[in-house]
Amino acid sequence: MNRISQKFKDKGSEKLMSLFITAGFPDLESTVELILGFEEQGADLIELGMPFSDPLADGPTIQYSSDVAIANGITIDRIFEMVTQLRERSNIPVILMGYMNPVLKYGINSFCSKAKEAGVDGLILPDLPVEESELVEKYSSKHDLPLIYLVAPNTSDERMKMADEKSDGFVYCVSVTGVTGARDGGEVSRSVSTFIERVRTNVTKNPVLIGFGIKTHEDAKRIASNADGFIVGSALIDTIRKTYPDENWKQDVYSFVHSLKTGN
Amino acid sequence: MTELTKAEIYTQPNSRGYFGDYGGKFVPEILIPVVQELEEEYQKAQNDPGFLKEYHALLDEYVGRPTKLTYADKLTEHYGKAKIYLKREDLCHTGAHKINNAIGQILLARRMGKTRIIAETGAGQHGVATATACAKFGMECVVYMGAEDMERQKLNVDRMRLLGAEVRGVHSGSKTLKDATNEAIRDWVTNVEDTFYIIGSVVGPHPYPMMVRNFHQVIGKEAKDQLMQAEGRLPDYLLACVGGGSNAMGLFYPFINDESVKIIGIEAAGYGVESGKTAATITKGTPGILHGSLSYLLHDDNGQIELAHSISAGLDYPGIGPEHSYLHDSGRVSYHSVTDDEAMEAVKLISRLEGIIPALETAHAFAWLENLMPQTKEGEIVIVNLSGRGDKDMGTISENL
Repeated sequence: MNRISQKFKDKGSEKLMSLFITAGFPDLESTVELILGFEEQGADLIELGMPFSDPLADGPTIQYSSDVAIANGITIDRIFEMVTQLRERSNIPVILMGYMNPVLKYGINSFCSKAKEAGVDGLILPDLPVEESELVEKYSSKHDLPLIYLVAPNTSDERMKMADEKSDGFVYCVSVTGVTGARDGGEVSRSVSTFIERVRTNVTKNPVLIGFGIKTHEDAKRIASNADGFIVGSALIDTIRKTYPDENWKQDVYSFVHSLKTGN
Repeated sequence: MTELTKAEIYTQPNSRGYFGDYGGKFVPEILIPVVQELEEEYQKAQNDPGFLKEYHALLDEYVGRPTKLTYADKLTEHYGKAKIYLKREDLCHTGAHKINNAIGQILLARRMGKTRIIAETGAGQHGVATATACAKFGMECVVYMGAEDMERQKLNVDRMRLLGAEVRGVHSGSKTLKDATNEAIRDWVTNVEDTFYIIGSVVGPHPYPMMVRNFHQVIGKEAKDQLMQAEGRLPDYLLACVGGGSNAMGLFYPFINDESVKIIGIEAAGYGVESGKTAATITKGTPGILHGSLSYLLHDDNGQIELAHSISAGLDYPGIGPEHSYLHDSGRVSYHSVTDDEAMEAVKLISRLEGIIPALETAHAFAWLENLMPQTKEGEIVIVNLSGRGDKDMGTISENL
């Protein structure tokens, strides 16, 4: 059993908390340490963002963290090194998340092979819909690197089933139509329960995690009530952006993660 | 790579939106239902006589088609070789070919019940064309434009606003067309319910590259008929500038199966293809994925998109339509590039000799005549696509005179 599925199994009915952080943000040195700190505060999964110059599914927050990380000199090889370092100290599942072009440029076969070797547990490519999946799947399956697909409120039942079929680990539910970013909680929850119900009916093989627009423990409780867990990205990046490089910035970030998990 | 053989009838793209190895739809899940619905609706519209009748009536009465094919006698005399004809897209309403596509897409938007239109624009010509169509059809219009482009194409910004469009300046990245496109896609993802994205070139996810080409193929069809009337034969050369490549595809497409016609696309080299400040995507780029399709792209070793540069805002784009990538690989079209300075010289030459001030984009095609004409023979014929008029560029032109 891979690390993602093992984690869901270990947690039973408890909601999982997955955190997204852009690799190389706010600096190259902190990424591994931050992940270890998040794990200590109760993070169950890590989505490690591979920065791209033109992140067209992302709002201003992740555009910003991507720009900073690229300016810091982040590369895919550097991200693989980070995961290798992390693996010496932690078993937390790590999913790489990023756009197609850097992966294509790196070479998809070599990317999948090295990701697996470094200890990566899965791959999310938001601009790779199931229609185009063959381009990556022929290599990811060869190297046993699971792909995780997204479903959105306007995804048809049929496509939800396809995403479930092709995903291994979980299915990523995008709570609202829009780009990534923290939102007013009410905006997300209005229509989300009927959406999740529909996902539950169609996604039967994999657990479901819900993301986009979650910024507090209360948001997570409400929005993820019928999911297996939740994903927080922009709100975490915003917290880092606000506190870095204050003297105790990491402590402030960990307090935020703690509050996401526990509500305190 | 597939080579186009004599017997083969050109049928690109395939049902998945691929031109050979290029194209596809690499967009977030949220947009997949939207592009699928568009694809279905476009197929229906293409076979709907009512839709086609209305589209062609608008091209005729509102856009002012057919545009003329003008014999450029003084330019011909200047080079003293092949005859040069100009396909006068500058005479279209709003001053460039872009309106052919904007009218087609707004008819589709109305058919699909969308009430809000968004567009990206570089030079502002597509923005103006879209704002014009929106005014005519009473639709809300938001145009995304790079802040740098707003500066160098101020006249077009004022035109769009006068036409009732909201122009949103984009301050991220290079502040040009690429970034305007990112922002338009973000808007689209957020407002899929009521919003139709009118893409201005043969780029983006399937079916856009095919659809935009088809809405512009009227350019090539007319040119073919008009030259047949004037000279009784096909041209020997077609010449057009290529940024995303819509005016070029419009002219080229109806000639692709005419094997004797040599087809040339001219990219913007900026300061020069080796200068690091260029927009010559095919000349300098390699395949990659940007804005929903796989095509040649200017990007670094890490797959980060490079900032393009061209004096002409309409060509200042690090990508190119997937069909051009295919036509390049297959050898059917040859692509070259000219620099900012060469384009400026061409603006002066065409203005002085023909009494036509071409757009800076178009001037890139004219500049290639310096290389092409010495290779031509008397009795041969060249058609240059005069894709737009240069009034909008007078600020930039004045600074470089």
